[in-house]
Amino acid sequence: MSVLKVNKENFESVKNSSKPVLLDFYADWCGPCRMVSPLVDKIAEENPQYLVGKINVDEEPELAAAFGVSSIPMLVVMKNGEIVNQSVGAKPLPQILAMLEG
Amino acid sequence: MKHIYDMVIIGGGPAGYTAALYAARAGFDTVLLERLSAGGQMALTGDIDNYPGFEEGVDGFTLGMKMQQGAERFGAKTEYAEVEGVDFSGQIKKIKTNAGDFSAKTVVIASGANPRELGIAKEKELVGRGVHYCAHCDGRFYKDKTVIVVGGGNSAAADALYLSRLAKKVYLVHRRDTLRATKIYHEPLMKAENVEFLWNSTVSDFAAENRVTGVILKNVNTGNETEIDCDGVFVSIGRKPATEFLGGAVELDQSGYIVADESTKTSVPGVFAAGDVRTKSLRQVVTAVADGAATVHHAEEYLAEIE
Repeated sequence: MSVLKVNKENFESVKNSSKPVLLDFYADWCGPCRMVSPLVDKIAEENPQYLVGKINVDEEPELAAAFGVSSIPMLVVMKNGEIVNQSVGAKPLPQILAMLEG
Repeated sequence: MKHIYDMVIIGGGPAGYTAALYAARAGFDTVLLERLSAGGQMALTGDIDNYPGFEEGVDGFTLGMKMQQGAERFGAKTEYAEVEGVDFSGQIKKIKTNAGDFSAKTVVIASGANPRELGIAKEKELVGRGVHYCAHCDGRFYKDKTVIVVGGGNSAAADALYLSRLAKKVYLVHRRDTLRATKIYHEPLMKAENVEFLWNSTVSDFAAENRVTGVILKNVNTGNETEIDCDGVFVSIGRKPATEFLGGAVELDQSGYIVADESTKTSVPGVFAAGDVRTKSLRQVVTAVADGAATVHHAEEYLAEIE
């Protein structure tokens, strides 16, 4: 599956997905976000059991505020509508997968 | 039979990818190990205006990708792997990673440096909740808010100046009574009306609930402590070299930098150190790429001797 662009309109359905959800809060001007971005793409492509979404913090300030984002990239894992894991900063692929599996 | 590379390069910043470029062009069988993505510390920087050849400046992430592509054009390979340990005791050097082991006749350590932490309680748990190490990454979340920048060097001064254009108020906290930063920063900082200097002070604690609400400052002369309210703290007190994974396999100086001169030769023959990880007086992209080229020159000499 490809990465879903998450916005205010589709957020509720993403949040309530039956699959574990990985959200990548990012901005185009942020170097570490650009480092993480292809890794998040790869996870989406190779793991159909997960729903993977990206949230542009400049376009979606309300969602960013709702998650208390003050540092990007911020990765959030949600299961059954609840946040179960989150981290800030660029992470290697195995660590991101571990967040989803943990 | 384990594959033995002519050269394994640890780290994909400017030093590493320049070594990869020169090694590939020299016909070395070489691989570069990178844990995350090309660019290293450059990728965390906004515009780089002091790397020659880019008349409009270039952003660090793009420059990193260009260096990777330049090396790959001549056949250099990148493996995404995190180095966990090394064994340099034999003539064939071994590198242990989370993606398997690598063996090589020569090794280039170009693992760079990371931001230095304050090293005080609660700091780690508040990262991303008001504690930051990258003003260019996170500064925009502090529009019209109050922030503290800790440090007195060039990067602290640049961060304070950058944040002064976004935040309502910027306090610059420095343990001395004058900036170490070069003169180019002094005047714009003094002119910025929303920047206030708090000299002779260090951060001794955070005031925080779920996130940072302030800091406790300690005056280094009097020992007096005062609390300052703020929304965020940007720590800019220098760098620490990424050499812990070496486990003492090569000689380090007191600060943890690999002891090596312009030749990039370390205490172990066949092992070279390039870029910010090496003892040197000026840590810049241009000096890192120069090191990368030097490693391959001296590795060629070394290989000619042992073969």
